[in-house]
Amino acid sequence: MDQLQIWTFLIVGLTFLLYIGVAIWARAGSTKEFYVAGGGVSPLANGMATGADWMSAASYLSMAGLISFTGYGGSQYLMGWTGGYVLLALLLAPYLRKFGKFTIPDFIGERYYSKQARLIALLCAIFISFTYVVGQMKGVGVAFARFLEVPFTTGILIGIAIVFFYAVLGGMKGITYTQVAQYCVLIFAFTVPAVFISLQMVGNPIPQLGMGGTLEDGTYLLDKLNQLSTDLGFHEYTTMGMDDRVNVFFITAALMFGTAGLPHVIVRFFTVPKVRDARKSAGYALLFIALLYTTAPAIATFARTNLIQTVSNQPYAEMPSWFTKWERAELLQFEDKNNDGIIQYVADPTVNELIIDRDIIVLANPEIANLPAWVIALVVAGGLAAALSTAAGLLLVIATSISHDLLKNYLKPDISEKGELIAARVAIAVAVIGAGLAGMNPPGFVAQVVALAFGLAASSFFPAIILGIFDKRMNKEGAMAGMIIGILFTTVYIWYFKPQLGGPGTPEGYWFGIKPEGIGTLGMLINLVVSLVVSRLTPAPSAKVQEIVEDIRVPSGAKTPVHAH
Amino acid sequence: MNKMRNDNDNLNLYWKENLQYLVILLSIWFLISYGCGIMFADVLNTIKVGGFPLGFWFAQQGSIYVFLVLIFVYVVLMNKLDKKYNVDEK
Repeated sequence: MDQLQIWTFLIVGLTFLLYIGVAIWARAGSTKEFYVAGGGVSPLANGMATGADWMSAASYLSMAGLISFTGYGGSQYLMGWTGGYVLLALLLAPYLRKFGKFTIPDFIGERYYSKQARLIALLCAIFISFTYVVGQMKGVGVAFARFLEVPFTTGILIGIAIVFFYAVLGGMKGITYTQVAQYCVLIFAFTVPAVFISLQMVGNPIPQLGMGGTLEDGTYLLDKLNQLSTDLGFHEYTTMGMDDRVNVFFITAALMFGTAGLPHVIVRFFTVPKVRDARKSAGYALLFIALLYTTAPAIATFARTNLIQTVSNQPYAEMPSWFTKWERAELLQFEDKNNDGIIQYVADPTVNELIIDRDIIVLANPEIANLPAWVIALVVAGGLAAALSTAAGLLLVIATSISHDLLKNYLKPDISEKGELIAARVAIAVAVIGAGLAGMNPPGFVAQVVALAFGLAASSFFPAIILGIFDKRMNKEGAMAGMIIGILFTTVYIWYFKPQLGGPGTPEGYWFGIKPEGIGTLGMLINLVVSLVVSRLTPAPSAKVQEIVEDIRVPSGAKTPVHAH
Repeated sequence: MNKMRNDNDNLNLYWKENLQYLVILLSIWFLISYGCGIMFADVLNTIKVGGFPLGFWFAQQGSIYVFLVLIFVYVVLMNKLDKKYNVDEK
């Protein structure tokens, strides 16, 4: 065992002990604790937990790499995955907290006074969360497999065991406090290498400023990177392609509105004590997310420059040890096409000799910069924290949907509190194992659909919730028609234009040139229009329902969620 | 005018002021992200602030900082508004 492996086992082992300890300390004793952590989580802790819940293996491991290879093009993820919190804080969180129940189907079912509406919302929530969580479990498996050098299946099994333990035991309460610990681990692990590298390259300890800093020779880092990129035939790093504008716009919007419609994000705002805490908590959540999201583009810039300078036009025989290591893992592939022993890394695929997997950027970055082994081990622990925390949050939504929305409010309303708590634990256990099995052998479509879960959330929940708060005249007919048509349109468009899903469409057929990733924005607009038109043609909701709407608009008189219907 | 009526008027005014805040803050939200970060990014890129082309900076850094400021401004405004109309949680 080499030094790096010892550090990895040590740090990962310690963090796991920490999570398990926290879970035992924070186990849930009632359904209220299980679903919304008793409604007593401080806004600061809730903000951290939301941040950990939100930042998945994809944010942690893949996003910086994606930006590194697309430059400006990666901005859609940066803006899309942060801008939604403005919508949450201003348009949703305080009102849903005032409403004071457990789930989105609770809100939809009661605001639209209809069991059918609740059922539609319930199905949408399970569909969205399940596609998302299977991708996470796969990420957990890959992370364990790569870092601990165990087989992929063993990796997933370890992941299942850990999540199973603290999610089943602690419910929302256990998950929330574990996520606070996981946030601390992951943000520390993400920023430490960035600070070191920023100091090395531009002499500035703050990566966010460092990416705009100057190199030793006095040129600006970004100018240098633009120069390197265009010399090798790549797109200029800091500008966008002309044909991209429509899609950057639509994809950014789909991610923003999707964020504000994702059940596992919204449910976090049911866990704080007061309405004003819900607003503040969204702000804290974004603050904690922004720490990572503003560091990622800096890492992307540093890594891209380092990478090009290390490999481009250099002899293959002189490559450092990390190069051969990632070659063995098949994440780097070198093929000496012209047999000159020198690496030609260029945009033109017929001449290019080096294929680089984007995912190695965050992992290889500390090694490329020659940082000590404990920093690299820390990055591993951070990646695992990110994957585990997101998976746990999603699994809870699925379990709640089944035990609370389906069982308690639909099938067996007379179930006792104790019975419901048992049902919730069984549901989460089944969901963990189901997601793990699906993650081991993901149906081809799942990997494709994870990013599209945002489109589905944007086109179904977002308009129904917003209209439920801001349009007193909105009725069940309008909301249901909007949700069904919105999510159907989006699903069909994605299927039709995703060859991986077996759809027959080709890019020439895109409506207005919109890629499937951005179609949720159009689906949302369709949902809005359908809801408004249908609601005006059908009877207004009763005075009692309109009173509910008036009531959720003001903070005073908010109660902690009560378990009675 | 009885008390009930008074309360309702009060709440309507509270809601109206809240909506005004929302319109202003969300306009800024839209202008910064979709405007500076996407639609006008190329024009703004001709301006350099330190080592950053401005459009690129808005897209990868600035918009996120603005989002944060917007939320906390709204928190402060609403806490004041809640007090003014006496609808804050005791």
